[in-house]
Amino acid sequence: MNNNTCSKCEQGLNPEKLAALDKFISEHPDPVDPQGALIAVLHEAQELFGYLSKDVMDYVAEKLQVPTADVYGVATFYSYFTLAPRGKHLVSVCMGTACYVKGAAAILDTIEEQLGIKTGETTEDGLFTIVETRCIGACGLAPVMTINDDFYGRLTVDQVPEILAKYQKEYRSSD
Amino acid sequence: MANVTLTIDGKKVTVPEGTTIMQAAERIGVKIPRLCYHPMLSIEGACRVCVVEVEGQRTLAASCAYPAEDGMTVRTITPEIREIRRDIVELILDNHPKDCQTCERDGNCELQDLAYSLGVRERYYEGERKSYPMDLSSPSVIRDPDKCILCHRCVRICGEVQGVSALGYSHRGFKTVVMPAYNLPFSESVCVTCGQCINVCPTAAFLEKDSTQDVLKALADPDKHVVVQFAPSVRASIGEGFGIEPGKPLQGKTVAALRLIGFDAVFDTEVGADFTIMEEASEFVERAKNNDRMPLITSCSSAWIKFIEHFYPQLLPNLSTTKSPMSILGSLAKTYYAENKGIPQEKIYSVGAMCCTAKKFEATRPQTWIDGKVRVVDAVMTTRELVWLIKNNGIDFMSLHDEDFDDPLGSSTGAGSIFGWTGGLAESVLRTAYYLITGETPEDIEFEELRSIHGIKKASFNIGGKEYRFAVADGLKNAHILLRAVLSGEEQCDFIEIMGCPGGCIGGGGQPYARSTGSIPLDTELLKRRAAALRIEDRSKTIRRSYDSPWVQRVYREYLGKPLSEKSHKLLHTTFVERKPIGIWREGVAP
Repeated sequence: MNNNTCSKCEQGLNPEKLAALDKFISEHPDPVDPQGALIAVLHEAQELFGYLSKDVMDYVAEKLQVPTADVYGVATFYSYFTLAPRGKHLVSVCMGTACYVKGAAAILDTIEEQLGIKTGETTEDGLFTIVETRCIGACGLAPVMTINDDFYGRLTVDQVPEILAKYQKEYRSSD
Repeated sequence: MANVTLTIDGKKVTVPEGTTIMQAAERIGVKIPRLCYHPMLSIEGACRVCVVEVEGQRTLAASCAYPAEDGMTVRTITPEIREIRRDIVELILDNHPKDCQTCERDGNCELQDLAYSLGVRERYYEGERKSYPMDLSSPSVIRDPDKCILCHRCVRICGEVQGVSALGYSHRGFKTVVMPAYNLPFSESVCVTCGQCINVCPTAAFLEKDSTQDVLKALADPDKHVVVQFAPSVRASIGEGFGIEPGKPLQGKTVAALRLIGFDAVFDTEVGADFTIMEEASEFVERAKNNDRMPLITSCSSAWIKFIEHFYPQLLPNLSTTKSPMSILGSLAKTYYAENKGIPQEKIYSVGAMCCTAKKFEATRPQTWIDGKVRVVDAVMTTRELVWLIKNNGIDFMSLHDEDFDDPLGSSTGAGSIFGWTGGLAESVLRTAYYLITGETPEDIEFEELRSIHGIKKASFNIGGKEYRFAVADGLKNAHILLRAVLSGEEQCDFIEIMGCPGGCIGGGGQPYARSTGSIPLDTELLKRRAAALRIEDRSKTIRRSYDSPWVQRVYREYLGKPLSEKSHKLLHTTFVERKPIGIWREGVAP
């Protein structure tokens, strides 16, 4: 039963990425509960596919033999997981206590204004997605944000346009 | 197991180790207020209504989850606890509609009772309230997230008892909603329409889809000839809807009430059951002889059918193709009865009163219709809806004089009565198969092995010198266990009966709310008392084997020919389909 693959899903999903996901699943068995690897597997699936589509969640559900409603519950519980495609650059603003006190809300407002979208949304060109995050453990540098793996601390509102422009420029020059 | 002695509210009580404080308190007559707790389900500890004070502990403990310990001193009520419990319920109410008077469960709601007993007399908190659309997509079950208080009993029964897991929690905190995966409409999910979520829901977050208005409309239409049938388990439990102790069969009063309401003819689903038995026993004998698609698996339970279509499509060929008693009776009402009475088929409006929410779904399946075109049951009401209809008509139910069913679809045998309890169908088929194989009547027609308790039962019977192995399961988690054993070859059977609900039809999703008689939903004692009512019915019948029924013989003689004839196949048999999404069962899920 555990070797069941969902033919319908496989048609729609990239076979190489699926193979990579299968490999991950077989390399990370949970010794206590075979279905306990769910979070790690969803994590990997999101890395591979960019987001957790219905097809991806169906696939994981069948692979791990976890009811789909449970998979969906886990995927919607953790803010880390995203069920919609995200932009090339993930702008993540820390709204933890220290950052919030130091003016993170104003930073977030400025970003929203600059990009013309709300938190949780993606720009039309697919370049940026804005998300809020909880404390990332850099309170000494508050307020902070990350764009993909780049880190920005002691932010002020006026720095925001410049930082965003850098990513926009990169995009244009790579065209 | 070792015992522990503790003091609860100043009284010493000794209980086995592992007993919770809540259970221990019940021993001294204290029923600690509770909300998310249900004895058949895993411990959730979500609502905190059952908090108690444990001496030496810094904080209050949830008594449903906290094990009793030796030497422990517990106070179940203090001024602080009284206030905290009330606050908790006030906060729950804050995010709950204020529509008790127009709510389906007015007077039958655990939250309402709790608010009363805990002394909530005012609503202090007015905060943000959730607002989600209702899911009306299923023919059987309505989901109304606004009434949900997140006790998660529905999620637990769906996964733990039914092995379906159509429901789960999604999102987090204030935004938590109980829903099918991807927020799919029920009709597109693996929901098997069993309605057990309705049975355990403390509020009205789950309800059956109402059919009473359609029925009233048909009754008011002078052009319609409205016939009704009701299931064995309806008569075994309908009294509960009027506050009568469980276990009293009330067939005659139900017939009388239906006539008063204005139905043109009142038929007995047990007659449908007699035909189901004749057809299914013949199928069994035929298939066993040719070793064709064995084991034969029963197909009367509509929730079970949707379940196998999602979860075990590889076993669909093994299903008996015989329709359920309801659909058989509906088919005969629209053909045999209509022709005999000279009433055009399209004028007949056929109603079923069932213990079941899944029967509403079955009635919409074109596979159960005549030639896939004519619906055989136009509206299905649950026992609860029937109770409402009787009350709505101003009928003083308990004062009615018993009346008899209408002929010719009203005289059943005892074999039909016992359908409602797990194992009953197998026993009935056995009674008839024995006769078909040996030409003799079995001496003892009550097969104790198939009755006993519920869960999974197995027994072998020698019929005509050959051993036949029977297996019976009730509740769909038990179906998983039994079917996996069959598929792996570990279990070898000739005949399998599966009923979707715990206890069989008497535990159906459409039965009166257990709390109307102070019982607990799906409590084994409650189910046994309802089953006892069926047993009384069976023994009260002069004919107890379907093949002995002169009415069954007459319909076969005049109309159908013989079991499995071409006409029988056209009217009394059905087909099944493989369904998406694929069902997944998480084995070993608690409890």
